Amino acid sequence: MFPSSAKFTEWSDRQAPTLLILPTVLIILGLSIYPLLLSLYLALSRFKLVRGGYELKFVGLRNFKKLLFGSQQYHFLGTLGQISLLEWCLLACVVVAFAYWIWRYLCSGKAGIFGTLGRLITATVLTGLILLGLSVLNAKGFPGSLIVTLFYVFAGVSLQFLIGLGLALLCAQRIAGRNFFRLIFFIPLMVTPVGIAYAFRMLADVSKGPFAPLWQWFGYGDFAWAVDAWSARWVVLIGDSWQWIPFMFIVLLAALENQPGEQVEAAKMDGAGGWQIFRDISWPAIAPVAATVILIRLIEAFKIVDLPNILTNGGPGIATESMTLHAFIAWRTQDLGGSSAVGYMLLFVAVVTCVSFFNFIAQKTQEAGT
Amino acid sequence: MTTPPSMSERSLFQRLFEPKDIKSLSPVRLVLTYALLTFWSFVVLFPLYWLLVTSFKLPIHVSDGPVYLPFIDFEPSTHAWSYIFFDLGNDTFRPYMNSLIIAFISTFLAVLFGSMAAYALTRITYRPKLGSIAVFIVMLAAAVYLTAAVGVAWQISLAVGAALFVLFLLTLAKRFKRALGNNDILFWIISQRILPPVVAVLPIYVMFQQFRLLDTHFALIVVYMAVNLPIVVWLMRDFFATIPIDLEESAELDGASRFRIFLTIVMPLAKPGLAATFLLVLILSWNEYLLALFLSTADAQTMPLLVAAQNATRGPQWWYMSVLIVIMILPVVAMTGLLQRFITRGLLIGAVKG
Repeated sequence: MFPSSAKFTEWSDRQAPTLLILPTVLIILGLSIYPLLLSLYLALSRFKLVRGGYELKFVGLRNFKKLLFGSQQYHFLGTLGQISLLEWCLLACVVVAFAYWIWRYLCSGKAGIFGTLGRLITATVLTGLILLGLSVLNAKGFPGSLIVTLFYVFAGVSLQFLIGLGLALLCAQRIAGRNFFRLIFFIPLMVTPVGIAYAFRMLADVSKGPFAPLWQWFGYGDFAWAVDAWSARWVVLIGDSWQWIPFMFIVLLAALENQPGEQVEAAKMDGAGGWQIFRDISWPAIAPVAATVILIRLIEAFKIVDLPNILTNGGPGIATESMTLHAFIAWRTQDLGGSSAVGYMLLFVAVVTCVSFFNFIAQKTQEAGT
Repeated sequence: MTTPPSMSERSLFQRLFEPKDIKSLSPVRLVLTYALLTFWSFVVLFPLYWLLVTSFKLPIHVSDGPVYLPFIDFEPSTHAWSYIFFDLGNDTFRPYMNSLIIAFISTFLAVLFGSMAAYALTRITYRPKLGSIAVFIVMLAAAVYLTAAVGVAWQISLAVGAALFVLFLLTLAKRFKRALGNNDILFWIISQRILPPVVAVLPIYVMFQQFRLLDTHFALIVVYMAVNLPIVVWLMRDFFATIPIDLEESAELDGASRFRIFLTIVMPLAKPGLAATFLLVLILSWNEYLLALFLSTADAQTMPLLVAAQNATRGPQWWYMSVLIVIMILPVVAMTGLLQRFITRGLLIGAVKG
């Protein structure tokens, strides 16, 4: 029996709800969920090449222990230094602020078990990360891939947002050539990150790059940025920002163009200044969009790998290594368990950060906006 | 004695710093705005200019310190271009074709499947209880198949099975209270974007190795499609939500099937969203580096890998690299030119609704 085409049409119409969504669900289950679970198993085992194949031995949490307390601690968390008294005070302030935040939530009368738990997790993880940051960012300490990744994410996203917003505000004014600038500013988004890495390696060359005369004039003629940890990190950050500022810019500009023009003009009639107009009219109008682009960038920024890999090869030492690059290097040295463990730590930090941002900041702005 | 300026005669200060009327900018502000915008144009364009200029330089022009203007500072040479196009020949064209094939096919499929799912999530109410059961059965079958036929270790399939069962219980218990599950499905799909590729790529590598699919177009197409699906669903769902439902209802009364309505009515209306989404996903897959690094070595090598490889034995070959980067930008610029008028609108709708 071969189904006739009419029958097939009828069948497919009846099954349409399933057929429409099935490909997506299957692809995600097969290529996200299943690998994620397999990866968890890899993270809990040791991988060894044996004759004619490989062997996986279950070792429990040993891979994670190695990252957090063992031989790879310097690589992942960093070298821990001394925390000064002032920094302890700062940390105490953070803890008090989080405690107050949770206390206010509990007293608000809307507290639920998941909300409390979520806030506790956010507060604990963020405090832990700040503690770690303070203990590695001093003369004796040296940050590992976790703190470096967080630097790329937070410093990068803030920088990109601020410059993107500034450019969008400039371009949203009544000026000729707005579309021309919009087109020009969009270009960096299209360049492959690998290409950007090489371009910035050329540009940042102090002896043969285009700005060499400038460097020499300032007396930095033989300054090697690639040897200094922080200058290398900043070069990576600038390359990444060069690519992603356009994304912030173009979405924020669209949002600004969408805001009601009459309100702005009415405010100008009443003699409101530029800052007042921005604070009271423009910002509330674009805040939900701003929260969303920041969320999108947060999600993507955690995955940074091409730039540090090509620009600095993770160096000097491990100074510019992001967590993804760390996992890749572990994979290349046949340490599949360690690689998956780093991947899982990245997943954990990324999920906590993005979900916290979404629940506690992005949703607030959207509720306020509607 | 100074006299106060009359209403018609404005002082120099006022003429410079105050706008003529409410809709225009004061001259000082105008100059400042253009200065800043021009400066940023320079920031954006200079690295690209430098790439273009370097691609016409001889090695000696690079190693002897900077020269800026062709024909004035140095005599441009096409040696790098001829090396890339004629000496390397197939070694350039093969990765280029690979990149074109992989990026366009995976983007097309991701946009197609993603919009199907996004459309379904805006128009059809799912009872996820049934859905999760079906999913569970499919996954169990797959796990059993992998153990029995492919030979994955039993611990792995057991771990997968147990974890999926927990997942199943969680979803079932959750659905029990709620009648609507569409938002949960949507959140589940979008949240997959948070998953860093480096977590998933090792098992995918092992999986493809067992199916002997490593270093094929198929592997990269499927993986790129999977990582970009969440974005498509996210952007397109909000787009479909803005399309009025009346047209579809009247078509349904006329007896058109769901697929017909989707293809002939809904998709044409969603063109701006489709264009913007297509472009964004195309850029992401065209420039993707990490997954290609894991999953392809020679036959399916893509352009980002070829560019990265120019650093190999004799130190960075800046001139060859620059040629490759310049020719890599071209197709994306062409697509952007084609789809440009849709981009802003398409991106905004996704972002506003988030």
